[in-house]
Amino acid sequence: MSDPGPHDLGVAALGRALAARELSSVEVTSHLLDRFVGHERLGAALSIDREGALAQAADADRRRGTGAAGPLLGIPIAHKDIFVTRAHPTTAGSSMLAGYRSPFDATVVERLAEAGTVTLGKLNCDEFAMGSSTENSAFHLTRNPWDESRVPGGSSGGSAAAVAARLLPAATGTDTGGSIRQPASFCGITGIKPTYGVCSRYGMIAFASSLDQAGVLARSAEDCALVLGAMSGFDPRDSTSAERPAQDFHAELAKGRAGASAAKPLQGLRIGLPKEFFPAALAGDVEAALRAALAEMARLGATLVDVELPRTELSIPVYYLIAPAEASSNLSRFDGVRYGHRAEHYEDLQSMYRASRSEGFGAEVKRRIMIGTYVLSHGYYDAYYLQAQKLRRMIADDFQACFQRCDVIAGPVAPTVAWPLGAQSDDPVANYLADIFTLPASLAGLPGMSIPAGFGAAGMPVGLQLVGNYFAEGTLLHAAHAFQGATDWHTRTPPLAEPRR
Amino acid sequence: MALTPFDVRRIAELARLDLGADEQARMLDQLNAFFRIVEQMSAVETSGVEPLYTPLAAVQEAHLRLRPDEVTEVVDRDANQQSAPATRDGLYLVPKVIE
Repeated sequence: MSDPGPHDLGVAALGRALAARELSSVEVTSHLLDRFVGHERLGAALSIDREGALAQAADADRRRGTGAAGPLLGIPIAHKDIFVTRAHPTTAGSSMLAGYRSPFDATVVERLAEAGTVTLGKLNCDEFAMGSSTENSAFHLTRNPWDESRVPGGSSGGSAAAVAARLLPAATGTDTGGSIRQPASFCGITGIKPTYGVCSRYGMIAFASSLDQAGVLARSAEDCALVLGAMSGFDPRDSTSAERPAQDFHAELAKGRAGASAAKPLQGLRIGLPKEFFPAALAGDVEAALRAALAEMARLGATLVDVELPRTELSIPVYYLIAPAEASSNLSRFDGVRYGHRAEHYEDLQSMYRASRSEGFGAEVKRRIMIGTYVLSHGYYDAYYLQAQKLRRMIADDFQACFQRCDVIAGPVAPTVAWPLGAQSDDPVANYLADIFTLPASLAGLPGMSIPAGFGAAGMPVGLQLVGNYFAEGTLLHAAHAFQGATDWHTRTPPLAEPRR
Repeated sequence: MALTPFDVRRIAELARLDLGADEQARMLDQLNAFFRIVEQMSAVETSGVEPLYTPLAAVQEAHLRLRPDEVTEVVDRDANQQSAPATRDGLYLVPKVIE
């Protein structure tokens, strides 16, 4: 157990301490920078900018001194290395972008900076966000703070590990097929992926453009609401950005439900349990934790109803055809000409392209480019890509049928707790199958959360997934906040090894 | 229908990837393992179903937004080229294409 300190405070609590002048942003920032050094073994970060962070913190303190305020003013965060930033290198976890400097900031980065956050640096992830263990990072692996011999999940594994180890109160992440929800579950923290279109994709290095969505990993639903509120909203620079007024997620979370009471804050909330989310293959320890959490939700006033998502299993091939198809197209920009790695030895332009791409991309990225290239190629398009997009419509329609009978859908995030490092690295298909519970909401573009729901085998955290209807982030956050008001799973801390001094 | 070594070489060529012999063999096995889980998809009857290319089209009309034709930003060539592998006089350098 490490000593108590400012690292114990989440976003909301830290914001109150800063506002009350009990702490300065420079004090907190400097403390967390030291913790990143002390816990470097976790491998959460790809780059930390100490001087830049302290300068931003000093600026936040100065602004507060002249009357500026705001729930995120002076709050230290860091970004998944999928968001481009001018102030730090941006790699997407790939050798292809080693040493790359972006000429602009992502919209999410820009908005969080405007809200007064202090950016410590960039966090590790699977290469181009392709993976579910962060072992596909070209630079180094990231360890799960609950058990350093296990994966933190992925692809936002650096973000999840940093928040779980209390190196940061919150971090950004991206979720294409579960990359916020699954690492949040594996690391025992709270994560939210909003509806597709809520956060701008401008400056988020593209993996699968019709699925990619930015979100937050933090300790509580309240902290997620504060950060998500600042980073979301319409952006004309993203052609798929939802044209809607900005939402105050924090206000929605505090709003009471009609007919609810302090003892039954979830009164009237109908939680749908798809029977396909509780198959025989779901690990017993995960199912036990989830059933207990759902019983708690019911005790808080929610009604549990049985629903069906009959195409849950089909979501695996559907996703793993659509996402690689889009990835093969997006990653064709890496040609060794305008940015990124260029091979040293080549004969002509074509061989320069091939050598640069072959050296710059890792094995999983190459596999997905190959799948995508194949399914988009002449003669296969209708059988694979078009068929997958039709099934995607059917999956989205299945959700709408469910939402006739419930307000949110609940289930597991992953079939098991975090697995040991190296355990699945040689079997890509096994990794794909483990994404079964997060892929359906991604394909439909629905908002999803993972909230700490207890512990399973070997003391590893278990997350409960909540999926809402389009733009129902407020409903999800409210339910999660009520659950967290009655439980303490989200306050548990991993038994970290003593920091290196 | 399983992929053959010939297919893997052809796809790699289209994807502008050079794969060594070992890499090709591994890729062949992994792609075939993957396409086995894809099989279940083809059995589903989907005639008449509209493909869902972008998720919000499931509940609202998808339209391509156009912005006014106005200059909104300037191009900073030096900043854009700072990470380029090879440039000269503001131009990107590539191997000779036309003799």
